[in-house]
Amino acid sequence: MMLSGWGRFPRVDAQVEQPRDAGALAALVQARPSLIARGNGRAYGDSAVNAAATIDMRRMNRMLAFDPASGTLVAQAGVLLGDIISVFLPRGWFPLVTPGTRFVTLGGAIAADVHGKNHHGQGSFRSCVDWIEVMDADGAVRRCSRGEEPALFDHTLGGMGLTGVIVRAAIRLRPVDSGWIRQTSIAAPNLAAAMAAFEAAPEATYSVAWIDCLGRGAALGRSLVMLGEHAGMHELPAGLAAQRFGPPPRRALAVPFDLPGVVLNRWAMRLFNSLYYRLGAARAGARLVDWERYFYPLDAIASWNRIYGRRGLVQFQCVLPLEQSAAGLAALLAETSAAGAGSFLAVLKRFGPQDGAFAFPMPGYTLALDFPVTPRTLALLDRLDAITLAHGGRFYLAKDGRMRADTLRASDARVAGFQAFRAANGSNGRFRSAQSERLAL
Amino acid sequence: MPVLILGARSDIGLAVARRFARDGHPLQLAARNAIGLADDAADMALRHGVAVTLHEFDALACGGHAAFVASLPELPGIAVCCVGLLGDQIENERDIAAATLVLRSNFEGPASVLAALANAFAARGSGTLVGISSVAGERGRASNYVYGAAKAGFTAFLSGLRNRLTRHGVQVISVLPGFVATRMTAGLALPARLTAQPEAVADAIASAVRRRCDVVYVLPVWRIIMAVIRLIPEPLFKRMRL
Ligand SMILES: Cc1cc2nc3c(=O)[nH]c(=O)nc-3n(C[C@H](O)[C@H](O)[C@H](O)COP(=O)(O)OP(=O)(O)OC[C@H]3O[C@@H](n4cnc5c(N)ncnc54)[C@H](O)[C@@H]3O)c2cc1C
Ligand SMILES: NC(=O)c1ccc[n+]([C@@H]2O[C@H](COP(=O)([O-])OP(=O)(O)OC[C@H]3O[C@@H](n4cnc5c(N)ncnc54)[C@H](OP(=O)(O)O)[C@@H]3O)[C@@H](O)[C@H]2O)c1
Repeated sequence: MMLSGWGRFPRVDAQVEQPRDAGALAALVQARPSLIARGNGRAYGDSAVNAAATIDMRRMNRMLAFDPASGTLVAQAGVLLGDIISVFLPRGWFPLVTPGTRFVTLGGAIAADVHGKNHHGQGSFRSCVDWIEVMDADGAVRRCSRGEEPALFDHTLGGMGLTGVIVRAAIRLRPVDSGWIRQTSIAAPNLAAAMAAFEAAPEATYSVAWIDCLGRGAALGRSLVMLGEHAGMHELPAGLAAQRFGPPPRRALAVPFDLPGVVLNRWAMRLFNSLYYRLGAARAGARLVDWERYFYPLDAIASWNRIYGRRGLVQFQCVLPLEQSAAGLAALLAETSAAGAGSFLAVLKRFGPQDGAFAFPMPGYTLALDFPVTPRTLALLDRLDAITLAHGGRFYLAKDGRMRADTLRASDARVAGFQAFRAANGSNGRFRSAQSERLAL
Repeated sequence: MPVLILGARSDIGLAVARRFARDGHPLQLAARNAIGLADDAADMALRHGVAVTLHEFDALACGGHAAFVASLPELPGIAVCCVGLLGDQIENERDIAAATLVLRSNFEGPASVLAALANAFAARGSGTLVGISSVAGERGRASNYVYGAAKAGFTAFLSGLRNRLTRHGVQVISVLPGFVATRMTAGLALPARLTAQPEAVADAIASAVRRRCDVVYVLPVWRIIMAVIRLIPEPLFKRMRL
């Protein structure tokens, strides 16, 4: 069947298998010369696509054990983060680290070593993982952790499925008093102000900025910086006490068909303006936002990727080292706005320290931009690649569907080490994705 | 009261179990090699906070069915039989042993275990028995009449059981799904519009229990399709390639 990532670009005709348990998975791993695991397909590009065999892990989605003393959950890799929240938030637990959509699997979160709005203080998803069980090319399940087979652990977190298939994992959840977030918004008139706002708030549990890509010249990088803290029970007004763990589930709106390209800009403007409007209304101070609105604003619209039309969308996400961030971000934003390509979703985030052999983050700033797929935006992305390289930055593979192999090598000295590990581990022949082939990983 | 799922490894059976767990029912999962369902049991218990027990069960071991029912820690309030075997029609035509297995797995075994439960439910004066039969039992067709014949037998058995037990306060539901996307039909090219997901079968069963329905078709279109198929005169029907 035709398969792609969330960006619906590129599309590949792939053979898809759906094992129900480790036995069926082992039979596939042993029989197929080339395969890749796939979670919920939320990576934007071709990380979770292999024409010969793509292993859809969503049937291996059982939660196996929970220890309320430590908040440790043992679950199979295909379980959705959203299901973990549905089950455990009402019991007072929330993921320690979450990406901007809850529709990712545990395996996908580990393989991409995803980051959330708390990376600067908490680190990546890795920080909540106690151990992982990985099926290797022989079909054997190997448990790895910081103490046991640490090399396999280090290369699997951020290894994009290329070290084997993650079968089970133990993760720690965070105890929370409520499902509400105390959000403080700061209007930053330009990039320097936005960065200053991040640097002034290292203690904030969560921080993220939405950049208004229409800001130019002195207003380049104009953005809303949003800080957040988990609200305690006592902070909820009487009216919300009955909704301690958030309002009842909302039905997602759906985009029933592909929209023509022009709609995007109008939609985007309106959304951004409404954000500004809401900020204005909230300027007096902090306000309470439920977890869904705070962490997953896009999840409210099912299949929002169709807004970008039939040709799909590409996302660009890089991280720049701290000392190069101001210059690099300014260059990236200026290039984008000069191209008139006005990315709608532009997200800026401060990263803190990062462990691991191939994980994406590094201390500095990460910028994520969305574009509809057109020859013009693809050319722009090549220029954004060059700017990133010139500023010592690197690229997030979970968002990539078009980078060139030499760009990856120029950006990341760790590629050779990752390849050597794959070779030694017997995984380079077996575990391959359209992305790993394109990037010659 | 617990819900007993017979043939609990079936994709439909697991979906039915999850559906009842969501409503807070404790579960008894009965299957061959029941221990292999430990992960599923843990998952349902954790997600829904219900007790889940595993029970070794072979539908073909008819002589043991009364003892099996007696061995359950508690007599269930609802029992759903999902046991079935599609088999291979060509093989069934050549190999009587294969055909017999299909007949026994779809008719004799399910009827036997439901008979044992029926007596216990009737003695108690309450309960719901759900049997998953098939539209394949509504008229024999060249492409799968051995399976169809067994399902026809099972459908008639369920209808008779309902007729007998209504006055004893026991509800009997016949479920006649059309195509369902499960392990049984994996690899067959099923028309998407006529194919239900296991979760839809589970929802239909839960709602039938609540609304005290007798016969359930899951996708309504199948009720129409089967009505038409039953109406085709035999001289014509026998010449059709079905
Ligand atoms: C709206 C939106 C917002 C997002 N926000 C963020 C964000 O804030 N931070 C962030 O870090 N990411 C973000 N992402 C990206 C997303 O979190 C990652 O791409 C994540 O990996 C997707 O998980 P998935 O289960 O959908 O995996 P897929 O997309 O199916 O696969 C992603 C990668 O994981 C591998 N993989 C999946 N399952 C397994 C397994 N069981 N064993 C081995 N390898 C496996 C695949 O091979 C592939 O390389 C966002 C994506 C969207 C659509
Ligand atoms: N899928 C469809 O299109 C469809 C349509 C109409 C009706 N149905 C009926 O729906 C029911 C469930 O089937 P399904 O689609 O979910 O397919 P399935 O996954 O193949 O389920 C059939 C189950 O029956 C069990 N079984 C067979 N013989 C058994 C025995 N002797 N003892 C105990 N268990 C036995 C199997 O157990 P093991 O796991 O141990 O093999 C299997 O779990 C069946 O009655 C089927 O005929 C299905």
